[in-house]
Amino acid sequence: MKITVRIWRQAGPQEQGALVAYDLDEVSPDMSFLEMLDVLNERLILGGQEPVAFDHDCREGICGACSTVINGRPHGPEQTTTCQLHMRSFSDGDVIDVEPWRSRAFPVIKDLVVDRAALDRIVQAGGYITAPTGTAPDAHATPVPKPAADTAFENATCIGCGACVAACPNGSAMLFTSAKAAHLNALPQGQPERESRVLNMVAAMDAEGFGGCTNTGECVGSCPKGIPFQSIVDLNRDFLRAARRR
Amino acid sequence: MTLGYTTGTPLSDTAAPSGPIEERWDERRFAAKLVNPANRRKHRVIVVGTGLAGGSAGATLAEQGYHVVQFCFQDSPRRAHSVAAQGGINAAKNYRNDGDSVRRLFYDTVKGGDFRSRESNVYRLAQVSTQIIDQCVAQGVPFAREYGGLLDNRSFGGVQVSRTFYARGQTGQQLLLGAYQALSRQIDAGNVELHARTEMLDLIVVDGRARGIVARDLVTGEVTTHLADAVVLATGGYGNVFYLSTNAKGSNASAIWRAHRRGAFLANPCFTQIHPTCIPRTGEHQGKLTLMSESLRNDGRIWVPAAQGDTRSPEQIPEDERDYYLERLYPSFGNLVPRDIASRAAKNQCDEGRGVGPGGLGVYLDFRDAIARMGRAAIEEKYGNLFDMYQRITAENPYEVPMRIYPAIHYTMGGLWVDYDLQSNVPGLYVIGEANFSDHGANRLGASALMQGLADGYFVLPATLADYLARHSLEPVDPGHEAVRAAESEVGDRLARLLAVRGTRTVDSFHRELGTLLWDHCGMARTESGLRKALERIPRLREEFWREVLVPGTGEQLNQELEKANRVADFLEFAELMVLDALVREESCGGHFREESQTPDGEARRDDERFSYVSAWEYTGVGEEPVLHAEALEFDYVHPVQRSYA
Amino acid sequence: MAIDIRVRPAELTAVQTVWRSTIGKKAVMAVTGLLMVAFLLAHMLGNLKIFFGPHDFDGYAAWLRTIGEPVLHGAWFLWILRAVLLVALVAHVTCAVQLSRRDRAARPTRYAHGQRARASFATRTMRWGGVALGLFLIWHILDLTVGVANPDFDKNGPYHNVVADFQVWWINLIYVVGVLMVGLHVNHGFWSAAQTLGLRRRRGRDLTLRVVGSALAAAITLGFLAVPIGVMTGLVR
Repeated sequence: MKITVRIWRQAGPQEQGALVAYDLDEVSPDMSFLEMLDVLNERLILGGQEPVAFDHDCREGICGACSTVINGRPHGPEQTTTCQLHMRSFSDGDVIDVEPWRSRAFPVIKDLVVDRAALDRIVQAGGYITAPTGTAPDAHATPVPKPAADTAFENATCIGCGACVAACPNGSAMLFTSAKAAHLNALPQGQPERESRVLNMVAAMDAEGFGGCTNTGECVGSCPKGIPFQSIVDLNRDFLRAARRR
Repeated sequence: MTLGYTTGTPLSDTAAPSGPIEERWDERRFAAKLVNPANRRKHRVIVVGTGLAGGSAGATLAEQGYHVVQFCFQDSPRRAHSVAAQGGINAAKNYRNDGDSVRRLFYDTVKGGDFRSRESNVYRLAQVSTQIIDQCVAQGVPFAREYGGLLDNRSFGGVQVSRTFYARGQTGQQLLLGAYQALSRQIDAGNVELHARTEMLDLIVVDGRARGIVARDLVTGEVTTHLADAVVLATGGYGNVFYLSTNAKGSNASAIWRAHRRGAFLANPCFTQIHPTCIPRTGEHQGKLTLMSESLRNDGRIWVPAAQGDTRSPEQIPEDERDYYLERLYPSFGNLVPRDIASRAAKNQCDEGRGVGPGGLGVYLDFRDAIARMGRAAIEEKYGNLFDMYQRITAENPYEVPMRIYPAIHYTMGGLWVDYDLQSNVPGLYVIGEANFSDHGANRLGASALMQGLADGYFVLPATLADYLARHSLEPVDPGHEAVRAAESEVGDRLARLLAVRGTRTVDSFHRELGTLLWDHCGMARTESGLRKALERIPRLREEFWREVLVPGTGEQLNQELEKANRVADFLEFAELMVLDALVREESCGGHFREESQTPDGEARRDDERFSYVSAWEYTGVGEEPVLHAEALEFDYVHPVQRSYA
Repeated sequence: MAIDIRVRPAELTAVQTVWRSTIGKKAVMAVTGLLMVAFLLAHMLGNLKIFFGPHDFDGYAAWLRTIGEPVLHGAWFLWILRAVLLVALVAHVTCAVQLSRRDRAARPTRYAHGQRARASFATRTMRWGGVALGLFLIWHILDLTVGVANPDFDKNGPYHNVVADFQVWWINLIYVVGVLMVGLHVNHGFWSAAQTLGLRRRRGRDLTLRVVGSALAAAITLGFLAVPIGVMTGLVR
């Protein structure tokens, strides 16, 4: 099939960017979206042009590196990662707009590559259970009820791609932050640090310049891993309780 | 005809204590010198890589009080390729009371590795395995649980006990996030200095000791040197030398190859693992292959049409015209035979013209019977995300039609040579995780990679590295030291050379060509003539690369083509050694199958008389004859037998 | 790349923790919003007394000034209520303004390809609807409390003032549009406040909250609309 992609090209963090159109003639429906970009890049290189820079690594939908907004939606029309999006989701003759994540907390580095270190800093602020190596009791010392284990797992599947931030009209990182908090707060091991965890993570989230959550639910609609909105509600409750107990 | 190498002095592992195998790790830890807690922060340790091994090592060393300087080429430590491991992690917990023990895990691993690993190392791995599970649970890793709240286990390829802990099909991700979170805590505490989007491009060796690395900031292009008291490489495997593999696109061999060029021995590079259950490729554009967890073989049945060239769709093929060949050939293990055997069996079926799907390069993995037996909901609970992934990639619904699978390169058992302390022959250079060669011999069992990465990082390295730091008074290295300046300028020169070629071919075109060459001649089955052909062609391809490669842009910016070019340039050197190693090892063992060495019914035939050794290669120059140092393997506890899964 | 050591909220008091965080400010909005919804509900119910005639309605209005007597002096309760509502309103608006500015700053660049919004109309109009509501409120106070905007204001005749108002078509229009905006704002606001305060503990309860929010919004809207409709249809004269 033939398609046209209009891709955000920006030479560097301080440069001006713009959408640039490229026509592609031989796109196979079995190609992944990133393989389509590979084909384009190979052509650009041979034509003496700079290839499109984009983040990607595992290409299995688990590392969370890929990060493009396709036709106004993070990761494109399907609820998956860009690397797992296939060209069969598009039709012959389509014009596809490809842009980087947009958020003040995610400055563009080049083309479609943005800096997402702010998400790491939220985790650094409290997204962990303190358990230095060697201190652990036997794994069966504390049984975990299956519902709690399932809640923890569901939230732990977050891949940290940042699609929630890119989708949010406020550039809020609440879904990301709440997923990590919900994962750890659901487990018995996570209880001792429950309050400091939410206070510190929320403070870090605010300090990074992310917007606030207005409960629009755009994040949930773009999350490739289906992190539930309930996690945001739970984070709100945990935060307010922790704040009350100061 | 000569093989193109010279034989050097034999090598032995002097770090492992002798004595009863059960006591060796205790012995070693007791003999190790300790560093006073107050002095630890004065020691800088460089850790390259943030996967299971690197992440857990960085976090643990920092918790102990060392100053850790950590690097990853990804934008975040959480993206290291360990994240993609699906199936599970083994541990000799015996929670199932099904006869498992440290001894049995040890035995299974040595046997699974086809008797090409060190007994001491493997025994320690089995011992430490139980602590790993405890550690991960304490960190909040959400392993699958039963309704009673206790941890669930499943059995995994090649063993008869249920010792595999898992988190749906995302075990690697969950374990990695555990290590990442522990590391994050140390970053916040200021004990770990993280350099993300920074790639190691050379090792700095001063007065015979590893003292630092040269790294490039991938965003600004700046090349900098980092000095420390010791360097830990946790940079993963080299599977991407084949271009198409299940590895992440960025996975590369540059760190270990650069260390090899600086004197570290590379061991058993020909031991590569082909995973039997990957999604077959669809066309030329294919950028990577996707693995489907081996756990699928617990409930899926593998078959091909009994007749050659049968093009009917699978549901039209009646039961008696299907050949469940693994169940037929290996009745006691059936679909759960080790990976190398399952892979080769699939290749044989396809070679005989009974393969399915495009190009006849695939076999069926069928869940019809499992769905009938357990119900769709149970299958969904166990494998839901894998089925979804399959459907997304192939647009076929595996609940209704059988999956098509084909083997692909997945893991590399070879790597930098290390002793029992995980130290390479270059003092101060430690290598952990997939980057070393240590524990899996010629074939790795399923769910053992995660175990080894975490064993190395959480438990082994932190004990042995302390001994090194305590025993040597390491004076700070002058940043202006000749060796430091030389390494830095060599890196700069090489990048400049890559950019200056401005040829006519893309980096990927060379990588694809190299990959095809290796897959054809150094893949699932290897022959002397094929390997010789590859050995002839690799230097020519390398020469063409340096004459014709086209790397656009400059070095002072984010330049992903330059990153790739640098990695492919290293693969082009590394590949030659891998093929040479495969040629020299004239036996079949584990993942290394030489067609000349097989039993009458087509199984791998090991040659313990001649090849019961680790081949550790010493670098002498690009295209120069390397030196082979053999480390003889001794088996005091597990008697080598011809591996049989029939 | 560098180590980032941030100020942790460990040193802060409960009030500071709440006030300095986005979640805390939203909680303030939620609590003040719910307070105002409660007031609206009471206000709406009181308004319905107009259907019992001038005597009942004016009597009710006069009674409002006597609540709390003899503990409180005349009309004190009303002034306390007004003060509380004013504080709530100021806090609500302050938080809304601060959060909105922050939200806009967090997303400085728009997508070239328009985003298809998933959120409902009520959700998307919270900000501008809130501003419009503020203007409506000012007009409403000038009209029926202070009286300067009323066509024929009688300080002691609330019934008369209302009837006078809704004889004028454009006043009707302002009022009807204003009340509909109130309904929209409450419809999403109630649900949103419940999320912000973490009142939903299980996923299944989401529907209940939405239904309660919508029912409240509908009751408030219809109740308030009944008055101008009553006047327009001649039921109230």
